[in-house]
Amino acid sequence: MFLLDQNEFFIDPARCIGCQACVQACSECDTHKGHAMIHLEYVDRGQSTQTVPVVCMHCESPTCAEVCPADAIKKTEDGVVQSARKPRCVACNNCVLACPFGVPKMITDFELMMKCDLCYDRTSAGKKPMCATVCPSGALFYGPRPEIDQLRPRSKPMNQFQFGRQTITTKVHMMAPTGPVKAQYLDVTEVMNENGPRQRIALDILSNLYASEDGV
Amino acid sequence: MASLPVKDLPIIELFGPHRNYSNGLRLESAVEPDKLVQTHCCFCGMQCGIQLKVKDNQVIGFEPWEEFPFNQGMLCPKGVKRYLQGAHPDRLLKAYQRDPAAPAGFRALPYDEAIQRVAQEIERIQSTYGPDSFAVFGGASLTTEKAYLLGKFARMGLKTCNIDYNGRLCMVSAAAANKKAFGIDRAANPWADILKAEVIWIAGANIAECFPILTNYLWQARENGAKIIVVDPRITPIARTCDLFLPIKPGRDIALFNGILHLMIEKDWLDHDFIDTHTVGFAALAEHVKEWTPRRCAEVTGITEAAIRKAAQWWGSAKSSFLMHARGIEHHTHGVQNCLGAINIVLASGRIGREGCGYATITGQGNGQGGREHGQKCDQLPGGRDIENPEHRAHVAKVWGITPEELPRAGVDVYEVFRRIDRGEVRGLLNICFNPLVSLPDSGFIKRMLERLQFFVTIDFFMSETARHADIVLPGSLHEEDEGIVASAEGRVIKINAAVDCPGDARQDWRIIQDIARALGREKGLTFANPREIFEELRRASAGGIADYSGITYEKIEKQMGVFWPCPSDDHPGTPRLFEAGSSNPIAKGKGRFYFPDGKARFNVAPYTPPAEDVDDEFPVILTTGRVVSQYLSGTQTRRIGPLVDQYPEPLIEIHPQLASRHGIKDGEWVRIEGRRGICTLRARIVTTIRPDTIFVPYHWGGGKSINQVTIAAQDPISKIPEYKVCAVRILNQYGPPANAQGLEPQQ
Repeated sequence: MFLLDQNEFFIDPARCIGCQACVQACSECDTHKGHAMIHLEYVDRGQSTQTVPVVCMHCESPTCAEVCPADAIKKTEDGVVQSARKPRCVACNNCVLACPFGVPKMITDFELMMKCDLCYDRTSAGKKPMCATVCPSGALFYGPRPEIDQLRPRSKPMNQFQFGRQTITTKVHMMAPTGPVKAQYLDVTEVMNENGPRQRIALDILSNLYASEDGV
Repeated sequence: MASLPVKDLPIIELFGPHRNYSNGLRLESAVEPDKLVQTHCCFCGMQCGIQLKVKDNQVIGFEPWEEFPFNQGMLCPKGVKRYLQGAHPDRLLKAYQRDPAAPAGFRALPYDEAIQRVAQEIERIQSTYGPDSFAVFGGASLTTEKAYLLGKFARMGLKTCNIDYNGRLCMVSAAAANKKAFGIDRAANPWADILKAEVIWIAGANIAECFPILTNYLWQARENGAKIIVVDPRITPIARTCDLFLPIKPGRDIALFNGILHLMIEKDWLDHDFIDTHTVGFAALAEHVKEWTPRRCAEVTGITEAAIRKAAQWWGSAKSSFLMHARGIEHHTHGVQNCLGAINIVLASGRIGREGCGYATITGQGNGQGGREHGQKCDQLPGGRDIENPEHRAHVAKVWGITPEELPRAGVDVYEVFRRIDRGEVRGLLNICFNPLVSLPDSGFIKRMLERLQFFVTIDFFMSETARHADIVLPGSLHEEDEGIVASAEGRVIKINAAVDCPGDARQDWRIIQDIARALGREKGLTFANPREIFEELRRASAGGIADYSGITYEKIEKQMGVFWPCPSDDHPGTPRLFEAGSSNPIAKGKGRFYFPDGKARFNVAPYTPPAEDVDDEFPVILTTGRVVSQYLSGTQTRRIGPLVDQYPEPLIEIHPQLASRHGIKDGEWVRIEGRRGICTLRARIVTTIRPDTIFVPYHWGGGKSINQVTIAAQDPISKIPEYKVCAVRILNQYGPPANAQGLEPQQ
């Protein structure tokens, strides 16, 4: 068992198969039973089977907390941004609108903002978060840095994101490919004839970001 | 009388399928469970380890079991939510008798009375029409003990030759091909060998949705540098990012394998030493594939010549490899030939029986492997033995304490049993763990045949679509209410442990079967006190056979986290990888690695034939069927689990935009699929991820939503698997919603 501060959370959307095991398991978590805090959506099912899992990125300076008029959103000492405190939350939705990753959910039944708290009840007891334990594809991974480095030689974790003029640094990492990214298969007809056009959707966004991060 | 007692709506209203969600204890936080039970998932052939949380004799949730080596805590959505099948409002807690006067067509009756009635009907039918007039159907979700007992009950108790099981629609093509080529029917390698492979070839297997946990093995192999080739008519979630996607036209797999072998020979990508030393039949095969030039291969398969050449080069020049296939190449009238084609390119490469060099069919059902080894298959006796082989008959007869003459001969496959019902040769049926009305093709025929039965008894925990036709329904046990072993798709024998007791009058299936035998006065050999006693006899019955379990014990399974069969003695650790250099087996007796008297594997000429029902002007579109990740088989369990229903509520028709625009079909619109046998009206989902000559529909629903109203009952001549993966249809969008669109919930 690793100590809490040795383990980190990594998201690798390229591995996601859209099975929703994470969503279903999240709703089994003890602190928010019956409610999943993960967003898992098709990018565009008409065009691709690509799905993207989104858990809270646990920002260093959480926008959700910054815009909260009731000071209801707190970060723990080890950097976990928690759901709104029930006595304080006024259900104003500011955090839902402001989060650049679209993470917080307004649970209207409770008039409370709820979000992923990195399974604080589990991680603080030395267990992995539910989603990263069950994920069958390794798209969600929780473990020590040397382990992910060894397991994923073709990508590197990054945790800086640019939204307009806002630079956001997060506790949770995204895996970005280190080498050239192969085009994805999107339309069967593109590969059915010898000279068919092949749509090249290279993930330049991620590799460029990684490159610029390298340059810093 | 096996027609519906009343219309199906009142039956559905009382017996479901209804959706179950977490409530009560299951929704409370910080409930300390009474115990955590280490067991396995009740669904697919991966058999993931899972710990069930039990409180007050109820499974209230799960905890990942990270120590179990195969899945290390990983689960798919079905495994996560499976606990919701327990304490379900639809659960059958009593025996029921068909009664058209009862509000929902069924009247509860005391369990013993139901058993007596079953025994009387079996006695009456068999004494009037002969022993073979009563048939028995089993399933590959039963534990191996139950499957063994069911075979013994049918052959020794009922003396009927007519026993078969739902594995007939699952993995029998692969099983037959494996026996023809290797002499043994088991995945050749443990999944761990995937991680060491340089090239991974996946033919007709939607791994991400049907075997989700295997995805991590694929992705990890790729991190290690592996190239992944996916052959499929759809860009499945694993195909999206694979290294080479071959969009094959459904039903043409053997043409591709022959084309690949043609190129392997032309470029001399062959392991000559291996072929010479360990195989027979290569010369004839080489002659046969001469005509399978890349051009012809491309014409037949719909894959480009360039892609075929690239695949052949990657496969041909690899140092290590793993080839996997599933129902995509097996559900065909030439399913055995397809699998033989796959095996041919493995044998020609010589890459088998070594670390990182593997071949496997990915068995679909929880005990798809174990359930086909020990005697519920029509032509088979325990230990993977052949019912027509005199030595095999003698061995099993001795264990059972009867003479070989008393053992019935081979029966016929499940579909042929229905044809025997049509011909009046079979008049009564006992069914367990099988929902043929949803899962067999041309389901209109199946319904008519159920209606022809004089007596139909089914053992189930829910009132399945098939059970609605029963004269007597006996309340059986859920997976978590009994113990026993299963063999996962990699051949790992593992132990299912009981977490809770059966509720109400429900009881463990092996008790019910033995209760029927006792009521018949035919309890000889069917008086086991528990699954362990059955297993101990099964060990003896399998000893010396190919599927040799004699060295396996419940304790060894627990200690080793599973034991790979064959395991022929107490001090044997089991056999994770077959065909290793220097390995021995009871058939070759030291002459070689493969399970034939000369120890050599067989190349088999696998000629190409088109599907039984190819497209034409009248029916110009190919229909293919399969699974979605949140549902399992006929949905008897998963259509009753609320969160899984919500994830994918109703079947959708996947249609390419090119095909949709030709018919003016819009996304979400009702589309009628018409075939020669039936129609099915569902909503369209327009996606670029499918071939434009093909539509796909998942098969987990019953009634008007069942695509098996349309599929064809044509079968492989050897394996008898039905051709679910290809039939000809036309699609029309001018009829609007079907009659059942109103008044039924999505899962019903």
